[in-house]
Amino acid sequence: MIMAIINLQNVTYKYPLTDSPALTNINLQVNEGEFVAVIGPNGAGKSTLCYAIAGFVPHFFKGELTGIVAVAGVESHQSSLHEWVLNVGLAFQNPFNQISGAKYTVFEEIAFGLENIGVPRDEMKSRVTDAMKLTSISDLADRSPYSLSGGQQQRVALTSILVMQPKVLVLDEPTSQMDPIGTREVFGVIRKLSEKGMTVVMVEHKVEWIANFADRVLALHEGKILLAGKPGDVLTSHLLTDKGFGISRYTSVARKAKEMGLWKKDGLPVTLDEAVEGFSQGRENLAPTQK
Amino acid sequence: MMNIEISNLYFSYPAGVQALRGISLTIDSGEQVAIVGQNGAGKTTLVKHLNGLLQPTSGCVRIGEWDTQAQSVAKLARRVGYVFQNPDEQLFSKNVGTEVAFGPKNLGYTGGQVQALVKDALGLTELSHKTETNPYDLSPTWRKMVALASVIAMDTDVVIFDEPTTGQDAANIARIANVIKTLRERGKTVITITHDIDFCAENFERVITMSQGQVLLDGKANDVLGQAEILATTYVEPPQLTRLGKRLGFKETVRNEQEFLAVLKNTIATR
Repeated sequence: MIMAIINLQNVTYKYPLTDSPALTNINLQVNEGEFVAVIGPNGAGKSTLCYAIAGFVPHFFKGELTGIVAVAGVESHQSSLHEWVLNVGLAFQNPFNQISGAKYTVFEEIAFGLENIGVPRDEMKSRVTDAMKLTSISDLADRSPYSLSGGQQQRVALTSILVMQPKVLVLDEPTSQMDPIGTREVFGVIRKLSEKGMTVVMVEHKVEWIANFADRVLALHEGKILLAGKPGDVLTSHLLTDKGFGISRYTSVARKAKEMGLWKKDGLPVTLDEAVEGFSQGRENLAPTQK
Repeated sequence: MMNIEISNLYFSYPAGVQALRGISLTIDSGEQVAIVGQNGAGKTTLVKHLNGLLQPTSGCVRIGEWDTQAQSVAKLARRVGYVFQNPDEQLFSKNVGTEVAFGPKNLGYTGGQVQALVKDALGLTELSHKTETNPYDLSPTWRKMVALASVIAMDTDVVIFDEPTTGQDAANIARIANVIKTLRERGKTVITITHDIDFCAENFERVITMSQGQVLLDGKANDVLGQAEILATTYVEPPQLTRLGKRLGFKETVRNEQEFLAVLKNTIATR
């Protein structure tokens, strides 16, 4: 049996001084090496779920947590945050909030976590150098973290987590400030890590990418799990449109085409390839061309 | 007419990075323009010249008959409103109502006018019920809407949005699209920097792509967004439906659902 590395059982959580819970009765088991994408409208509880898995909830934010949060067999209430971070790395939604402010260069910034856990100097240097290569930011090594663009800061924030080599990587919209090709590169890096066995939980609005990369999609709405399953099933569900989720343009245009009798398949597409295949099916004059 | 005239604009940051290298552009009064291009292409640097936050190293920027080098930032604020990428860089008041009233008050509108402008801006951004809320008690996505409202309330002829859809969900993106549509109907010039190429395709008639401090492409949205190879050089991909149309062998470039479905129908009918 494959062991669930992340195990959330009946998790309900309220931030301090609030009346209604940010998460209600969440049950989630993620297997080692699995890539889970989390989607949902603003205020659905996506970031809070990230905080719960990363131990910030309740260790850092306080508040009231009931149920069980366990990573790698250890429950969060039995562990301290500084033990927890050895297993789980979290890249924040806003990279400005993550940068330490204590370091003058990007290289030192990325080394910060390793310094704190006492990694020897030589190993530290080579791990930082390797991690920067992986995310293509070697050329930023001597820049100040604060002189970077939003997209560059996001790469630095991600790299400073990857360098810790966590078992579980939690990413809260890691590419929100990146250009499309930068997004593609970062998704490529994350997929590579996932294929090597790292467990990934990622909040993301870019639905087309999720369909291409994730093993499973979790749709959150008002702090509860609305849907969970294979990307193709979850991302084309009617429920998403009704509840204000963003959906792929391919799904939306095929749904309209279906109403006009111009989409013949049962299922709807999420990705470009699926859309090309569906629209050209049985129609010789719509010759699909390669990219 | 409040045309924007940028001629042969060069700009270098004090550290020596040459961010803009010979930009010449005219944006007519009432146009809706999207600026796209890779991180570091100079998009934000360019628009910061329109309200005088930055001054040309050489070349010239005119807003109507005003040369930006001859005007104070305070005076330019009457003509050009600018919504920052990060709302936290521009919000400071204790509640949403005061925040949104700050701009028009500073421009010297009377009490009654300020009230009307605030009411309109809050209505447009769907914040009317949040007047008494502290902006920092709102989620980051709603803080962005407050930032939008505070600039709309200044009723400037030119409005600039820097990455308005970053981190927003579908509902808020639709709200922002509606704000832009309303501003168009009011005859405002809207300039928007965005990485969201589908948003760009669905809401703008003219698209400018930038790369390494220069203008790479500038023209009608369909003409620009169809040029996949050139766009790729500045790290931009054509919109989803444009790519789909290309893959299906459409002769025309399509950029939204309406255009896609029309061409699809025709192609099938002409068989």
